[in-house]
Amino acid sequence: MIQIKNLNVTYEAMGEGYTALENINLELGAGKTCAIIGPSGCGKSTLLKVLAGIIKKYEGVVEINGQPITPMKQKIGFIPQNYGLLPWKNVYENIRLSAKIKNKKDSDHSRELDFFVQQLGLAGLEGRYPGELSGGQQQRVALARSFLLKPDLLLMDEPFSALDAMTREEIQNVFLDVWRKYSVSTILVTHYVEEALYLGQKIVILSGIPGSISTIIDNPLFGIDDIRNHQDFFQLSLALRKMIKEDWSK
Amino acid sequence: MIEQRRGVWYLYGILILFTLWYIVASLVNLPIIPTPWIVMKNLLGIFVSKILIHGSYSLWRIVAGVILAVIIGVPAGLCMGYFPKWDRALSPIVYLTYPIPKIALLPIMMLLLGLGEVSKILMIFLIIIFQVIIAVRDGVKSIPKETYYPLYSLGATFGNIFREILIPASMPKFLTSIRVAMATAISVLFFTETFGTEYGMGYFIMDAWMRVNYLEMYSGIVVLSCMGLVLFGVIDYLDRKICHWQYK
Repeated sequence: MIQIKNLNVTYEAMGEGYTALENINLELGAGKTCAIIGPSGCGKSTLLKVLAGIIKKYEGVVEINGQPITPMKQKIGFIPQNYGLLPWKNVYENIRLSAKIKNKKDSDHSRELDFFVQQLGLAGLEGRYPGELSGGQQQRVALARSFLLKPDLLLMDEPFSALDAMTREEIQNVFLDVWRKYSVSTILVTHYVEEALYLGQKIVILSGIPGSISTIIDNPLFGIDDIRNHQDFFQLSLALRKMIKEDWSK
Repeated sequence: MIEQRRGVWYLYGILILFTLWYIVASLVNLPIIPTPWIVMKNLLGIFVSKILIHGSYSLWRIVAGVILAVIIGVPAGLCMGYFPKWDRALSPIVYLTYPIPKIALLPIMMLLLGLGEVSKILMIFLIIIFQVIIAVRDGVKSIPKETYYPLYSLGATFGNIFREILIPASMPKFLTSIRVAMATAISVLFFTETFGTEYGMGYFIMDAWMRVNYLEMYSGIVVLSCMGLVLFGVIDYLDRKICHWQYK
């Protein structure tokens, strides 16, 4: 269970104070997914960084299972926009890194690791370096790295936006497959309405500067097979689009 | 396969240099520029009896100076790159001392530390360390912030960040800085070895010059050049071994 209560984030730049996030309240049940959608500069990434434990200066309550965010104690997987792979480590070492840092004592994850390599279609690529992989393959590696931990919370910052349309759909399905097996609480940031509809059980619409939540929608279409080709999907995405447009032009 | 080809290119380099040398030698046609063949013959003749001991001394001084510079320069550079406070505090000191011609300090160092090994090794250390510090610092500074994020959210300690990100990320720039500094270090070594020692390639070459033994002088120069080649070769080897990821 992820709980955010009265979250305010301010930061200072050039001697002036800015409010990045204002009065954010959000609750996410364990093992659920949540898509955050919002215009650029509305503080989406800031929100993720707070949840990732990267930004530590904030007001309000941010808790995972009743515990304040502490990267040392909890398992938090964070996939930044560029996938965050280390270019000097090959696929195998990159995936192993999360387990290496997290469980220093029992560091034998080789069987699980092999399983995830298979699961995410990375077999045969273990020895390659990120520079030799396509964007989609890099994203698979990043997913494998995060899922290997079976994290308490998985955070993804525009995870699929750099991929071409076909690869994006494919990786979205890969993500959903693995997510169904492990039901990891996931929060992802996106600027695609369709992506939010496809991957988010909850859809949070952020607006304006400073960033605040304008609507939270419980997505009725989540998890239905082949939903992307249904009429409902088109209609809901159109409605959502309209809502967002009105909301952001305020 | 690639290794073999690389070796062939080195042979080409040697061949071209020897040809140029031979042309100049035959044009000038004076004992002051002997042909490469005579020099090589002389070199083979005196290598074990005379040059080996001098070469070993020079090599030891360079390697000791480089290792000392690495031991101190790499951690300093890493910390300056990672912690802005360290950078603010130390950069002015580095910038103020870097441009001082270190060779000008040689007399002082010899007075304070004696004519022995310490002052020579310290000289090489001083030449190399600044380039190492600045290269490693800039290497760390050029790492995109996003690279750290997944590790931070995993609760990585500073030790983790150090091992997994800072050291490998700064390695290519570090090796380049050693390459750049190496040539200067060899020149400076030559200079320091003309004072207060009876061993080292610098001493050997200057001594041969004083004795007007041009053959031995050229043999010494060839050995110094080969020493540089070997050192550069070692750095290139390390580069391919450790930093092969960046050529992918």
